[in-house]
Amino acid sequence: MTAMTQNAEARPVLELVDITKRFPGVVALNKVSFDVRPGEVHALLGENGAGKSTLMKVLAGKHRPNGGKIILEDEERVFDTPKEAKRSGIVLIHQEQSLVPEMSVAENIFLGSTPRKWGNRVDWKRLHADSTEILERLKCDFSSRDLVSSLSIAKKQMVEIARALVFTPKIVVFDEPTASLTDHEKPVLYDVIRNLQAQGVGIVYISHRMDEIFQLSQRISVLRDGEYTGTVNTAETDEESVTQMMIGRSLELDHASKPSEFGGPMLEVRGLTVKGVCSDVSFTVRKGEIVGMYGLVGAGRSEVAETIFGLRHYTAGEIRLDGQVVDFRSTHDAVTSGIALVPEDRKDQGLVLGMNCRDNMTLAGLSTVSSFGFMKSRDERAVYDRYQQAMKIKSPSWRQRVGNLSGGNQQKIVIGKWLHTHPRLLILDEPTRGIDVGSKAEIHALIKELARSGYAVLVISSEMPEVLGVSNRIIAMYDGRVTAEFDADNVGEDQLVQAITGMTGSTPQAAGAVV
Amino acid sequence: MTTLKSFLRGGAFIQPIWIFVIALFVFFSLMSEYFLSLGNINNILVQTSTIGLLALGMTYVMINGNIDLSVGATLGLAASLAVGLQPLGLTVAVLASLAAGIVIGAINGLIVWKTGVNAFIVTLGAMIGVRGLIFVYTQEQSFYASNFAFVDFGASTIGPFPVLAIIFLACTLIMHLVLKKTGHGRNTFAVGGNPEAAMDAGIRIGRNMLINFIIVGFFAALAGVLLATQMGASTPNLGRDYELWTITAVVLGGTKLTGGHGSISGTLGGVLAIGILRNGMNMMQVPAFYVLVILGAILITVLIIDQRLNVPTAKGVRA
Repeated sequence: MTAMTQNAEARPVLELVDITKRFPGVVALNKVSFDVRPGEVHALLGENGAGKSTLMKVLAGKHRPNGGKIILEDEERVFDTPKEAKRSGIVLIHQEQSLVPEMSVAENIFLGSTPRKWGNRVDWKRLHADSTEILERLKCDFSSRDLVSSLSIAKKQMVEIARALVFTPKIVVFDEPTASLTDHEKPVLYDVIRNLQAQGVGIVYISHRMDEIFQLSQRISVLRDGEYTGTVNTAETDEESVTQMMIGRSLELDHASKPSEFGGPMLEVRGLTVKGVCSDVSFTVRKGEIVGMYGLVGAGRSEVAETIFGLRHYTAGEIRLDGQVVDFRSTHDAVTSGIALVPEDRKDQGLVLGMNCRDNMTLAGLSTVSSFGFMKSRDERAVYDRYQQAMKIKSPSWRQRVGNLSGGNQQKIVIGKWLHTHPRLLILDEPTRGIDVGSKAEIHALIKELARSGYAVLVISSEMPEVLGVSNRIIAMYDGRVTAEFDADNVGEDQLVQAITGMTGSTPQAAGAVV
Repeated sequence: MTTLKSFLRGGAFIQPIWIFVIALFVFFSLMSEYFLSLGNINNILVQTSTIGLLALGMTYVMINGNIDLSVGATLGLAASLAVGLQPLGLTVAVLASLAAGIVIGAINGLIVWKTGVNAFIVTLGAMIGVRGLIFVYTQEQSFYASNFAFVDFGASTIGPFPVLAIIFLACTLIMHLVLKKTGHGRNTFAVGGNPEAAMDAGIRIGRNMLINFIIVGFFAALAGVLLATQMGASTPNLGRDYELWTITAVVLGGTKLTGGHGSISGTLGGVLAIGILRNGMNMMQVPAFYVLVILGAILITVLIIDQRLNVPTAKGVRA
């Protein structure tokens, strides 16, 4: 407790005051304030798209704020480049790793600041000595001479952290650091964080996992839709009230009722096993039903979807589509059999960004708008107009390149592309990731409407309000397995959290699950 | 200013390369009294047709996100076959040449599809290997056409227009329509623009690439046959460096090396720009070596201007 009071008295090493950041058409941050004290772990919470990453990019000099102040050690600062921020002692540990795989650990740690001796030659001796010292501080069990490409993801992350320690950092930002770590790798990371803390470094910790946040942090700040909703002391709060702060009104926004009339089974997955990805996964999606697949990143949800879609081959089990056993050898077969997949990553997998709206919309169903191989542009326009009106897609014209649309409208184009193929099964992987709250509610309403008109829908999500708000049933996945199945209208959030963090099984709550 | 930019940027309007072509045309018309005549324009079109045919196929392959370095060698092989096999009859000789082009394209395409090895490497190998085949077949000899119909064809005209130019322009029109108006054309853009999204949309991307490699192989062979009719002969080194000229023309025409973007109309502009520059400088009696220096400089200049127009903030690599 004494440490806590000390922290509370300490002056913040960093203060962000009334930060505002606008992007064309969106206010990403609206007068957000945030501070970090030396030696504390300050957790930053919020749903996807709430503005956490934008705030951190402002801090790290990647975005110039439109308003507000950054105060580092009582001095107002403006960071024009990431390098300046880094020199001032602000370090970001990235989600996606930025290492050079074909270089050694030491070369990566000192990339851009390699020690030199006369004649501008690399001082290899010092490079390895200094790297080894940093690695020892982090209790790493690999050598500075190892190639980065030979390391596991967890070890690569350690190299990232080691890189941060080259300059004496004042603030270290961890952005979802455990997303790619296994359970026994996490304690090592926690030790590193506590170690930094003991050295008086201020830590910003971004994560979706409540257990980690409550284990590590002293304070929690919450962002919602680019607005600052408050800061609480971790010791004085609980998961429920933090969740309340996080999701707030987004739950109430969604008024459309869920579908309630179901037909026979459309998709039946039995004992599906893909080596190294998932094992013994079973579930059913009926016609007119929305099934939510809930789990953390890396639990194997997207992989299950990809297997159904013919992108992966399964080693055991069976997939039935409308009663018939299927094992697609290509996505082409899956598409022609009536499966549609709205992928997790719109820009990388869902859209051809350089193409215009109309061409993206008809991409999966060219045969219906062409005859003898030739496109019928009038039909194509009609398809675009139909879905543009039905989904209220905001685009100046069909000629607009989809790369220039907002996330919500891009997602609607992807959905429209699949509706045009008249699929029997619609799989949506993280359908509202990075989409603003307004479009989010629209897409949720759209999903329900589609199910009501008879589509079988599988929604994969790591956002609890989304699976709760949209689906009829929820399948929880953890570590490549289905851990529980719930009726979405009769399940507690704590039950869900336990099911996706692997704490389910013998606990009394899981007994309430309808399996 | 913005309207000027959007005008120059192309889109639905005019492509920058065509402004350049028109400017060159006006420039050389003023500089040389011989330039602006039907005879010379026909001349330019015939000279352009060889690289032009290669560039038509190359445009598809490059929009697809691939490249084909073997077009020059394929052209050489086709020319040698078309002349060398004439004792078996003209039809056999020409069909064998075209078939050779299609087979080479199919092999390139299949290897790229099935192994996933980069097209640059695969077709680099094909370029070396096919050139070797030419030497094996010809024993380092030049062949001379024995069939007079074959030689006459290269110099024949319909009305005032040379047949070779008409064939090239007709092929250009067909390739333009296929790219713009057919599902295959659309898929070609999608595969080059984002292969993952294309595959997720159920497009058979391997098959799409294979077809485009076959198309470029066919056009390389066609160009070889037509070039042989012009010369009445074939040499084992025919078509050397043509792949470089072809890529230059296609890139000048606005097709991106990264795939997903390009047009046949732009490629026609690129091919004509090179043709007019060579012809015009020739008329002005610029020494041949300087012509190469100027062409190289122009290629880089045009691409810099193109990049500035497309990405207003591009400043090259920072730091």
